[in-house]
Amino acid sequence: MSSTVTDIQHGAPAESSRVHYLNANYGIKSWLLTTDHKRIALLYLGSITLMFFVGGAFAVLMRLHLIEPQGALVEPDTYNKLFTLHGVIMVFFFLVPSIPATLGNFLVPMMIGARDLAFPRLNLLSWYIYIVGAIFTLYAAISGGLDTGWTFYTPYSSSFSHTQVVPVALGVFITGFSSILTGLNFVVTIHKMRAPGLTWFRLPLFIWAMYATSIIFILGTPVIAITLFLLGLERLLHIGIFDPAIGGDPILFQHLFWFYSHPAVYIMILPGMGVMSELITCFSRKKIFGYSFVGFSSMAIAVISFLVWGHHMFVTGQSIYAGLIFSVLSFLVAIPSAIKVFNWTATLYKGSISYQAPMLYALGFIGLFTMGGLTGLFLASLATDVHLNGTYFIVAHFHYIMVGGAVMAYLGGIHFWWPKITGRLYPDGWARFAALVIFVGFNLTFFPQFMLGYLGMPRRYAVYPAEFQVLNVMSSAGASILGIGYLIPLIYLVWSMRYGPVAGPNPWGARGLEWETPSPPPTENFDEIPVITEEAYDYANPHPGVARG
Amino acid sequence: MADTAIHNAHPSGFAHQFEDMEQQHEAGSLGMWVFLVTEIMFFGGLFACYAVYRALHLPAFELGSRLLDVRFGAANTAVLIASSLTMALAIHAAQTGKRKSVVMYYLVLTMILGAAFLGIKFTFEWRHDFVEHLVPGFGFEVRPEWGAVGQQVPMFFCFYFFMTGLHALHMIIGIGILTVLTVMASGGRFDEQYYAPLEVSGLYWHFVDIVWIFLFPLLYLIGGHYAMAGGH
Amino acid sequence: MPGHVVSVRVYAGVFLALLALTGLTTWVSYFDLGPMNTVVALAIAVTKMLLVILFFMHVKYSSGLTRLVILAGFFWFAILVALTLSDELTRNWTPSPAPWSILLPLIRGLL
Repeated sequence: MSSTVTDIQHGAPAESSRVHYLNANYGIKSWLLTTDHKRIALLYLGSITLMFFVGGAFAVLMRLHLIEPQGALVEPDTYNKLFTLHGVIMVFFFLVPSIPATLGNFLVPMMIGARDLAFPRLNLLSWYIYIVGAIFTLYAAISGGLDTGWTFYTPYSSSFSHTQVVPVALGVFITGFSSILTGLNFVVTIHKMRAPGLTWFRLPLFIWAMYATSIIFILGTPVIAITLFLLGLERLLHIGIFDPAIGGDPILFQHLFWFYSHPAVYIMILPGMGVMSELITCFSRKKIFGYSFVGFSSMAIAVISFLVWGHHMFVTGQSIYAGLIFSVLSFLVAIPSAIKVFNWTATLYKGSISYQAPMLYALGFIGLFTMGGLTGLFLASLATDVHLNGTYFIVAHFHYIMVGGAVMAYLGGIHFWWPKITGRLYPDGWARFAALVIFVGFNLTFFPQFMLGYLGMPRRYAVYPAEFQVLNVMSSAGASILGIGYLIPLIYLVWSMRYGPVAGPNPWGARGLEWETPSPPPTENFDEIPVITEEAYDYANPHPGVARG
Repeated sequence: MADTAIHNAHPSGFAHQFEDMEQQHEAGSLGMWVFLVTEIMFFGGLFACYAVYRALHLPAFELGSRLLDVRFGAANTAVLIASSLTMALAIHAAQTGKRKSVVMYYLVLTMILGAAFLGIKFTFEWRHDFVEHLVPGFGFEVRPEWGAVGQQVPMFFCFYFFMTGLHALHMIIGIGILTVLTVMASGGRFDEQYYAPLEVSGLYWHFVDIVWIFLFPLLYLIGGHYAMAGGH
Repeated sequence: MPGHVVSVRVYAGVFLALLALTGLTTWVSYFDLGPMNTVVALAIAVTKMLLVILFFMHVKYSSGLTRLVILAGFFWFAILVALTLSDELTRNWTPSPAPWSILLPLIRGLL
């Protein structure tokens, strides 16, 4: 699997004879038994894309159903299964792994000047674990589904639901170990395998973001694992620690569940923020404003994210004193995110800005993430949360962050590093068009949902009062546009792998070690491990790579 | 004895993503410590639930605890502590260049002690509890003499079985790992230069011991101060 | 790559200390010390844990990074316990925190 011939001259035209990680070996075994982080990243890319469209299909069915107040498509029981599976698949099988397992796996070793991650076989194992978990969940989806909501709240999930609670919980439990192994690999790699001269404060901010995300993977995921394990036991034994009959507290389940699931939302956004720092700097031709603030804010988010989970439980009967603590801490956690937005904006100021597709996604992120984040403050405030909890306001809030934020950052990153990963350029005209379609479709889908929530429409309901129909129809129309918007990149990106123009090592003129290798890179990444002597985002220097040791 | 003479540029077991054995060794250790942190949080979830319910239902927990046999718990604690000693001695033997049979001796001794732990737990304690109808979900019988808190005694036993069960599962996995290590040792894989798998597995084994160090007082000794007055 | 070698004598000493502490904690549990039973039991358990960590797991001779990782693990576990208990133990505090309710007669008397 290692290459023996590597052309190290930049821009050398001998593409067809050059050996790189994609053509170093052929055959299905060379892919299914690979330990090359770049190939594993592609294995993940394929699986995650599949799960995205499966989860998206559930969303499409939901929005079609909701064009009529009495429901247009399915029975209420089925509707419950649709929103549950949409949530489970999108959260656990798309958003959580998305950037870390694809872009993270591909880029972490390259950005730090390493040949691979610290534990390549664990990396492959983590993909197989993901696949096994996904199979359990998909099996459950087609053999009865799940109707508890992705949150699995007890006692409905432990005692009353007649759906496939245990198989889905098992699928999520298993996939959690995939995350844990990825996080473990990243932490050890970043600590121990940086190239000489690459101090912490010379690292790309994407690496800081991956490190912070990995901390959450490591410290949070085991708790949801034990929680789902306990839920499964209670369901199978018909007795357990959440059972009030023996003195149990169903709310305790929620404490354990949200202890992971709140930091999980930061797992979903931190990598996107890391991508943002890379995109904004490259397409403004400027170094990041306030590097240490952005880097430390990633760490602050990772830490504070573990202190706020009770804000999901304000109306459950949780103690008001705990609610006060969680509310204050939730306001606090907004600060590091805001710092990032200020710094990205300041980076744009007086930058030389170009509007290729990755930058369109990045600019969209700034606006949409800010809206999502600000609406979170309404929810962090105890009194307003009483009105807004359980309504479409929450749905809109998290979709602005997860879709308007995380998915846009993911697409921006995929587009940005696509030439590096595949050695091909995609058609930028179509890419910009798709980005605009996605932006319009997204806002049309989710902005009306803020209004619906404020007006009182509850979430997870299969029917609704007739006065909400107009807004629902707008949202469903937006969803159709959004769906088409997502299909367009799928088409041209796949097309480009065969027919796109061949890419040079650095089509964007970006800074970073990954851009100093050929596109696609050789299996070993670097013939010689570089020695680093300058800071990150050295856009002021017109001759990249000259100062390398 | 290991092939120390034929290590060339890199000794056996060197992985090419690293620069040298030192980096590999450090990465392996850090990796195992990070994994143990995930285990702290995994068991931690159970311990946190235990803390909640013990605070809310202390009388029921005391009653349930008194129904456990402290002698078996204490004996098992001693067995596990001894197994940690033998594990440490196995690593020490490799580090100081002892013959591979010495390393294997200590590894096998560790496995025997681990198996003894499981034997005591499953064949004496758990079987007894099952026969006495003290296993939640398997015909648990609330005794009338337990009084008002009787309904919550099953909660204590849920924790007893879940926590010792999860711990036992980790022991079984540990014995599996030790088996692999013993086979590796028999092939002469370990010496003063290369013993990282032993060290890293030792960390895991000691962690499982530490979990039991907490399980023993938290499960067996809550109602202990009544034991002389009648116990189980 | 050789790491730090701990002598057999140290290991034996730690082993005996662990056995002694096990005996101690079992013995103490036969006396009714009220809430101190739990405190003593946990203190002894923490001591045993420290002996295993520092000597059997070589942390006494390990890097600052290793110690930071271990501390982080315990700190995060503490977060889980503390904030969960902050809810579970204070549910009955409304309308006012239980310990403060002793002040109510005083306040009523003043008004």
